[in-house]
Amino acid sequence: MSIFRQSFYCLMACLLTLSACAGDTTKVATNGPVPDPDNGGIKLPAGFGGQIVADKVGRVRHIFVNSNGDLYAKLEKLKDGKGIVRLRDKNGDGKFDETVGFGNFIGTGMAIKNGYLYASSNTEVFRYKLNEKNEVPDGAQPEKIITGLWDHHQHEAKPFTLDNDGNIYVTIGAPSNCCQVQDRVKGSPGQSPCPILDSAGGVWQFKVDKPNQSYAEGVRYATGLRNVMGLDWNTAVNSLYVTQHGRDQLFQFYPEMYSQKEGAENPSEEMFKVKLGSDCGWPYCYYDYTKKQKVLNPEYGGDRTKAGDCGSKEQSIVQFPGHLAPNDLLFYTGDMFPEKYKNGAFIAFHGSWNRAPEPQAGYFVVFVPFGKDGMPSGNWEVFADGFAGADINKATYRPCGLAQGTDGSLYISDDNQGRIWRITYKK
Amino acid sequence: MRFAPTAINMKIISAIIFPLLCLFICAFTLPQQSGLKASKDRGKIVYDTYCLACHMQDGGGAPRMNPPLIKTKFVLGDKKKLIGIVMNGLSGVEVEGEDYSNVMAPHNFLTDQQIADVLTYVRNSFGNKASAVTVAEVKAARPKK
Ligand code: HEC
Repeated sequence: MSIFRQSFYCLMACLLTLSACAGDTTKVATNGPVPDPDNGGIKLPAGFGGQIVADKVGRVRHIFVNSNGDLYAKLEKLKDGKGIVRLRDKNGDGKFDETVGFGNFIGTGMAIKNGYLYASSNTEVFRYKLNEKNEVPDGAQPEKIITGLWDHHQHEAKPFTLDNDGNIYVTIGAPSNCCQVQDRVKGSPGQSPCPILDSAGGVWQFKVDKPNQSYAEGVRYATGLRNVMGLDWNTAVNSLYVTQHGRDQLFQFYPEMYSQKEGAENPSEEMFKVKLGSDCGWPYCYYDYTKKQKVLNPEYGGDRTKAGDCGSKEQSIVQFPGHLAPNDLLFYTGDMFPEKYKNGAFIAFHGSWNRAPEPQAGYFVVFVPFGKDGMPSGNWEVFADGFAGADINKATYRPCGLAQGTDGSLYISDDNQGRIWRITYKK
Repeated sequence: MRFAPTAINMKIISAIIFPLLCLFICAFTLPQQSGLKASKDRGKIVYDTYCLACHMQDGGGAPRMNPPLIKTKFVLGDKKKLIGIVMNGLSGVEVEGEDYSNVMAPHNFLTDQQIADVLTYVRNSFGNKASAVTVAEVKAARPKK
């Protein structure tokens, strides 16, 4: 066969396949979703598969899957003028093949509950009513339910979660490292009492259905939390759980107390179970990962031993090494994964920046098994890894959001490249 | 005691002329070659202590937290503004079209020499190439007491 004829057949075959595919978008794929041969470039425990279901979506922060399988993503930067993206899989192969953008605000928080989609900017929370087709209608205008929250260019994201009683819990991160008189200035003392705690450094509770609520209408539900990015209502025990980003720069400010390595691992990133009135200790206390104890921050007279009244603060239920940045928390209620995962917690770690000059770390998704009592029943373990790629100091992908699919699969979003993976388990 | 004019003359020459000559040569070459290098070397120490934690070893910064110090208009641009950033800190300002959600604290506790050195280091590292920052320029930018 001549080389020309060969190319011709080849070209025809390609065209045929292409046209077959083009007319095929609504047809349900016969085999359903299958994991990518390389699990989408990430490492997973045996039996689990990973599939890249969307790419280059934008800076995807938190995500949520609607009961019809649509995935909604909140963007931190507008893409084509839109801050929310709806992804739909029209042919059942698992990959999203339709993208619709709406909403003109940037932000992080995203959830759907009882027929409404909730999304946050860095100062407000909005909600959209889903229509009879179970989607946000074209051109829908959202209702502003919360407004006027602090945004001082530090820890300004406003992630949230909802309970089953008509309440929404919104993070207001402290625009500060450790409430010093002069933020992040070596030697500047800690303010006591810390005035920031009146308006930030905690989780506030609002009603889901009242317009224009602000501080006056909200309840400071839990305080002493520097910056909570992951929060979820654990329906198994009807309780709020949060993951906190701990303070920075212990080694830089107190080299006489912390080695460079200790500064990279301290303080712990912590997970708390909080109730109304919980005080988790920031800025006065931190959890020393090396000493395994909650002690006073050096800005408040701490010497790594003195505990002050840190013993009376809410104690965390899981402690991780420092600076790994737990950006989302999800209690798994699905049936697809093995029994041990049921009601356990997945945590997406965005990865560190403030371990330098030690190598950076994190950029993984962790699992913490939980017992029926709503407390951890074992050690945390890395569930999905390899997002950073070849150079840990120049991470390619950074896990930021988690969502549970209608079939019990797990979605992981990345806000660096805008990639979304779907994790499944084959029995 | 007898006068020894030649010995005295020699002493005078070595005690006065030689150091003067030295000073002259040094004053001429320091600000150019070795001056830049010395300032950069001192600046690296300041950088590693006070800046590296946020802007990283390679000046690359941390995505969306701390901006890079590589060929930005702040690093290569107006020195007075640049000195001002180190002295007064910076927050809520876009760098090369990106927002950074961390706060750079004022570093006015650094001496004029340290600020000149660290900025000379930054302006001549990480792929940057720009003129040195002098102590006099820092002094002029510091708010009068
Ligand atoms: C606590 C972290 C932190 C430390 C320490 C720090 N910076 Fe920054 N720096 C920042 C942040 C954050 C910004 C951007 C602020 C903004 O965009 O509003 C910034 C901005 C800058 C800029 C202007 C923007 C650019 O990228 O060109 C320069 C120049 C700079 N820093 C130099 C330094 C130098 C020199 C030091 C050490 C003396 C230093 N910084 C220490 C966090 C830090």
